[in-house]
Amino acid sequence: MAKGVLVDLTKCIGCGSCTVACKLWNDMKFQDNEPTMGPVEIAKLSANNWTVVQYYEIAKDDGKVWRFAKKQCLHCQDPACASACFAKALQKTEAGPVIYYPHLCVGCRYCMIACPFNIPKYEWDKTFPLVSKCQMCSTKVEKGEAPACVSVCPAGVFQYGEREELLKNAKSIIAQNSSYVQEVYGEKQAGGTSWLYISDVPFEQLGFRTDIGTIPLSTYSHNFLKYTPVVAVSWGIILTGLYHYTKRRNTIAKEDKNVKL
Amino acid sequence: MTAQGWSFRMTPIRKLLILLATICLGVCIFRLVTGLGIVTNLNDEWPWGLWIGFDVLTGVALAGGGYFTAIVVHVLHRDQYHAIARGAMLTSLLGYLLVMAGLFLDIGQWFNFWRPFVSWGHTSVLFEVFWCVSCYTTVQILEFGEIFTERVGKKWHNAFKKAMPVLLIVGIIFPTLHQSSLGGLYLIAVDKLYPLWWSTLIPYFFLISSFFVGPAMICVESTLAGKAYNHKVPVEVLRGLAKIGGYFMLLYLALKIFDLSNRNVWDLVFAGNLESTMFLLELGFGVIIPILIVFSGMSKSRSGLFIYGLLVSGGVILNRMNVVFTGMSGKAGASYFPSIWEWAVSIGLVSIGVLAYCFIVENFRILEHEEHHA
Ligand code: SF4
Ligand code: SF4
Repeated sequence: MAKGVLVDLTKCIGCGSCTVACKLWNDMKFQDNEPTMGPVEIAKLSANNWTVVQYYEIAKDDGKVWRFAKKQCLHCQDPACASACFAKALQKTEAGPVIYYPHLCVGCRYCMIACPFNIPKYEWDKTFPLVSKCQMCSTKVEKGEAPACVSVCPAGVFQYGEREELLKNAKSIIAQNSSYVQEVYGEKQAGGTSWLYISDVPFEQLGFRTDIGTIPLSTYSHNFLKYTPVVAVSWGIILTGLYHYTKRRNTIAKEDKNVKL
Repeated sequence: MTAQGWSFRMTPIRKLLILLATICLGVCIFRLVTGLGIVTNLNDEWPWGLWIGFDVLTGVALAGGGYFTAIVVHVLHRDQYHAIARGAMLTSLLGYLLVMAGLFLDIGQWFNFWRPFVSWGHTSVLFEVFWCVSCYTTVQILEFGEIFTERVGKKWHNAFKKAMPVLLIVGIIFPTLHQSSLGGLYLIAVDKLYPLWWSTLIPYFFLISSFFVGPAMICVESTLAGKAYNHKVPVEVLRGLAKIGGYFMLLYLALKIFDLSNRNVWDLVFAGNLESTMFLLELGFGVIIPILIVFSGMSKSRSGLFIYGLLVSGGVILNRMNVVFTGMSGKAGASYFPSIWEWAVSIGLVSIGVLAYCFIVENFRILEHEEHHA
């Protein structure tokens, strides 16, 4: 069954351990000009940062509170990036992660256009750049272990397990405590994601896109592409028919003229 | 064509074009060895820029004159339009070759370009675009074989001639599919592309507009070629083609109006922001005014037809640019303006196209060709 992660944003203390664990496990360099923690303007996902923790100062109950939002690929149930890739370089696995296979990638960047969460990034400074995004530590997940970021969190922000279980947990948590926003982010967005979020401040204030529909984006392409074979064949038949018909009509017209002359 | 040697006249304009082409080639080589970051202004918020927007999306649409003429002349056998057939198909072939060049420059792993031929990402609209554009370019090269063998490798000429009807029909099916799928690429950007352009009908808008830009491009091209080569296509021929285009523009307009009402976005049309202004410009100057020209006395004159051609082509260019830039800018959260190198490549590619056109027209039977071959 597909695994997932539930993130309780009310518990996050913004320590950034998860971003460090990600760098270590995936063997990626820290770069001074690309911090993994900080306000949204400076802590950005990039080819070097598969996950970041963004700080938000938010007006709440007549005062101000700090909230910290960990961002990474959401590993959609029906990933737009994978459906958009024309070389199968992005694939959703049974276990949940959406994995990138660099040797298949052509570098067209259509996946970046397709992802509604703007997750895939590109190695702009390389001669042969690759797409870059969180892989949900797929090798760990295959073995039944939690992703690196999840396993190091000191504040109990994450629950790791079957997505369906997590969704039930999330719903019961927010049902029991009215200070939560009564919505699980990731339950339905773009057809649902493997990562689920609950929060006590509105998601759009934490930089989550809330204008995304609930239909998997691949539906739109599929509804269009499914007609291709039919259109190709019938158009071919029509053209061939017209070709012979008009040619004959022209010949007859010419013969008529000749007769009259 | 009596002279047996190859000829290529030198003029000041051509010298300029050669200069632009040389700069372009230099930048291309530099780009291929250094990557995209140094040469382009692309970034994570703007993964697709001028090369995709202009060289590919717009280029393919403008090259639509090829399949338009193929349908009118060779399938419907409207022989009176024969005079423009070879010219239009040549422009189209060159257009596609430039599109392929633009695409090749834009992909990061360019040595991996063949990958989708074996690793089938068939759920992707881009997969359809990729296959159709590659196949169609091949078909067009084969079609050109008929002209080429009139002069070089004459013994193959009959074989090409025999293959023409099949090639022509296959050569209409492919562009029909991928002109629409170029629009279809944006179906998946449902939450990103501004609603004035995003619609489940976008593939059909792309298809119809690629079809009616055909006669417009022919009007522009034959006016220019007419000046340069003293080869005048009769006004009535051009007018007839423009009228066919006009009916398709009416269809387009009706579909647009239906679509805007259907999706209930008329308020966006007149919202007065950047998007609405660009949208109105595109529709007003690119569709409505040209329709008025075509169906009035203005289309009886060469200059009227030339203006019509410029407006329609400009409108289609603007439309594609609006989809790639204006429509996506709202959700991009950053800005993009093409670098001087990106401009140099785009301009240079067009220069190469013009030079190739001149060379081929001067050395093969393109313009004065009248005979019926199918
Ligand atoms: S969030 Fe984006 S990159 Fe991640 S799986 Fe979904 S579509 Fe793909
Ligand atoms: S950039 Fe690579 S992974 Fe992304 S869609 Fe293109 S080929 Fe697929």
